[in-house]
Amino acid sequence: MPVWNIIQAVNDALRIEMRRDQRVVVLGEDVGKFGGVFRATTGLYDEFGPDRVFDTPLAEAGIIGSAVGMALYGLRPVPEIQFADFIYPAYDQIVNELAKFRYRSGGQYPCPVVIRTPYGGGIRGGHYHSQSPEAYFAHTPGLKVVIPSNPYDAKGLLLSAIRGEDPVIFMEPKRVYRAAKGEVPEGDYTVPLGQAKVVREGSQLTVLCYGAMVHTCVEAAQMAEKDGFDPEIIDLRTLLPLDAETVLTSVRKTGRVVIAHEAPKTCGYGAELAAMIAEKALLSLEAPINRVAGFDTPFPYTLENEYLPSPDRVALAIKQTAQF
Amino acid sequence: MLAKGQPAPIAGADDEPFSILADDGTIRPGTRAPEIPDEVARRLYRGMLQVRLVDDRMMKLQRQGRLGFAMSSLGEEATHFGAAYTLRDSDWIFPSYREPGVFFWRGYTLKDYVNQLHGNAEDPIKGRQMPVHHSANWLNIVSISSPVGTQIPQAAGLAMAARISKKDDCALVFFGEGTASTGQFHVGLNFAGVFKAPCIFFCRNNGWAISTPGNKQTAARSIAIKALAYGMPGIRVDGNDLLAVIAVMQDAVARARAGEGPTLIEAVTYRRGGHSSSDDPSVYRDPAEPKQWEAKDPLERWRRYLETRKLWTQELHDQYTQEITDELMAAVKRAGDLGNPPVESMFDDVFSEIPPHLQEQKAELMSLPRAKPQHGGH
Repeated sequence: MPVWNIIQAVNDALRIEMRRDQRVVVLGEDVGKFGGVFRATTGLYDEFGPDRVFDTPLAEAGIIGSAVGMALYGLRPVPEIQFADFIYPAYDQIVNELAKFRYRSGGQYPCPVVIRTPYGGGIRGGHYHSQSPEAYFAHTPGLKVVIPSNPYDAKGLLLSAIRGEDPVIFMEPKRVYRAAKGEVPEGDYTVPLGQAKVVREGSQLTVLCYGAMVHTCVEAAQMAEKDGFDPEIIDLRTLLPLDAETVLTSVRKTGRVVIAHEAPKTCGYGAELAAMIAEKALLSLEAPINRVAGFDTPFPYTLENEYLPSPDRVALAIKQTAQF
Repeated sequence: MLAKGQPAPIAGADDEPFSILADDGTIRPGTRAPEIPDEVARRLYRGMLQVRLVDDRMMKLQRQGRLGFAMSSLGEEATHFGAAYTLRDSDWIFPSYREPGVFFWRGYTLKDYVNQLHGNAEDPIKGRQMPVHHSANWLNIVSISSPVGTQIPQAAGLAMAARISKKDDCALVFFGEGTASTGQFHVGLNFAGVFKAPCIFFCRNNGWAISTPGNKQTAARSIAIKALAYGMPGIRVDGNDLLAVIAVMQDAVARARAGEGPTLIEAVTYRRGGHSSSDDPSVYRDPAEPKQWEAKDPLERWRRYLETRKLWTQELHDQYTQEITDELMAAVKRAGDLGNPPVESMFDDVFSEIPPHLQEQKAELMSLPRAKPQHGGH
């Protein structure tokens, strides 16, 4: 089995699905001949040609708006937004249009568009190349939100997303695009949406995370382990629909929760997780839920390592929560 | 200036709208009129008459408190039918909120129409949107959106998809002159221009965006002239002249099918009524202005044209009026008697399948006492 990084896995998923399904098209800024600024669409233009892999004018509202129209006609567009920070010009098309087409037409118009976009900090990209806007989309009825942390999941989740009937925001953790390597089967397989994965079993507390933060949390767990702590780590993989069962099963077992994400703390996805746990498993809790998140400031450039939850910060939260 | 007598000129965006029918219903000298078979010419008349009768009745129902909201197309009916008539059924239409005629032309029934306005159990969109936001996928007519202009890049994308799929279908998208101020207008036309998408951008320039007049929307001398910036032809046409609208549309459709790309059409017309039932134009515009436009009424002009072809009689008009009114009143009565969509249907169609968190919320709602029904439909 080849060892690939996330970019290679995404690229392979796109190639497999484009070979399998003529309706799949890839569009976005620089995704054609150039293969994308992160190289995720490398080689697709050469194999599938300019009708199925094409560069667009620089207008995110046009990329998503036109993708919506393509889906209405019966295609399966997979647009790329070059950085999640650039997605806001398309916000109306995503939130009012793409997400709502099926509902507002009484089920007449499904709109299966999968928007791929690299997100997150840690690449010295400052405010405009580092944001984590997942909560805006998880808050939008009609959208599924998927964030893989590793190559195996990236490929399997992307194939599931493109084969599904619903719009998906597929956020790729660009900090670990190349750093996260792993064995990836060469052929066709899927990882179902809406299923979390326990990446480290533990008895003492539950750490909830997704995307690049999974790697931070695993590192933090290794640090905490040396001091005798035993955290369980859950990679959510899909934020919406959330696999609440896996989360609650773990919380009922451990009674303690740490939540880690890069996005600002206030109204971040962790707030929803904390509320859900409080609603459904309050009596299992033995400590306050501890959120380790980005601070409620704009994403800073020079001080990004202070801003981002670090393994140290997560390890500290693990220890404090375990000892509460 | 457009050279008079040219068959539906498509290049350029002159100040003078292209016109074929004079106000008295005669063909302007030197122009070439598209050939419309007798039966079709009558159907077009009946269609415009239907829009007028329906608008009038819906506005009355709204005033009586039986509908939450209504909109009228008074004076703009020729744009609906002139545009829809020239398309095949496999072509797609992205309407704005003031083109009920395109739905009727394709076979949307008065039952469908009135049920949507009531949001009742037989509303084709299951009570999901306020009145006037129709959707008819069986007619290739896309769901109407309130935020203006979002349909423009979507139509461009659908046209791109047709081209990618090696089909010669085209997309027609409606919007008003106010919408030409949005970024979506720019983005949509720019995409269509770059990809040579078979898309027809149809601007109903009716002079008013609620209370804002057209001269507050742009400093350009027309909307059509903006086409030059997107590498496509633009044309101004008299939007109250059904023959002229048909002529420019036929040219635009032919270009689209031939792979020659998009066209911007600016149909110059006038919104004689308010923006909607919630609007009172007497607050912001001189009542003499809509009065002046009555002389250019598209239905009356078409009637006179039919008379020149000996296709119109008072008896025929009365017969159409009776048929439409009967069908409409039956639809209204029935719509009022139908109940709401089932409560549990609120959770359908958010996704292709109902995910666990929505199942849970659905169970919660169903366990609660029912809310008080709303009055006046909404």
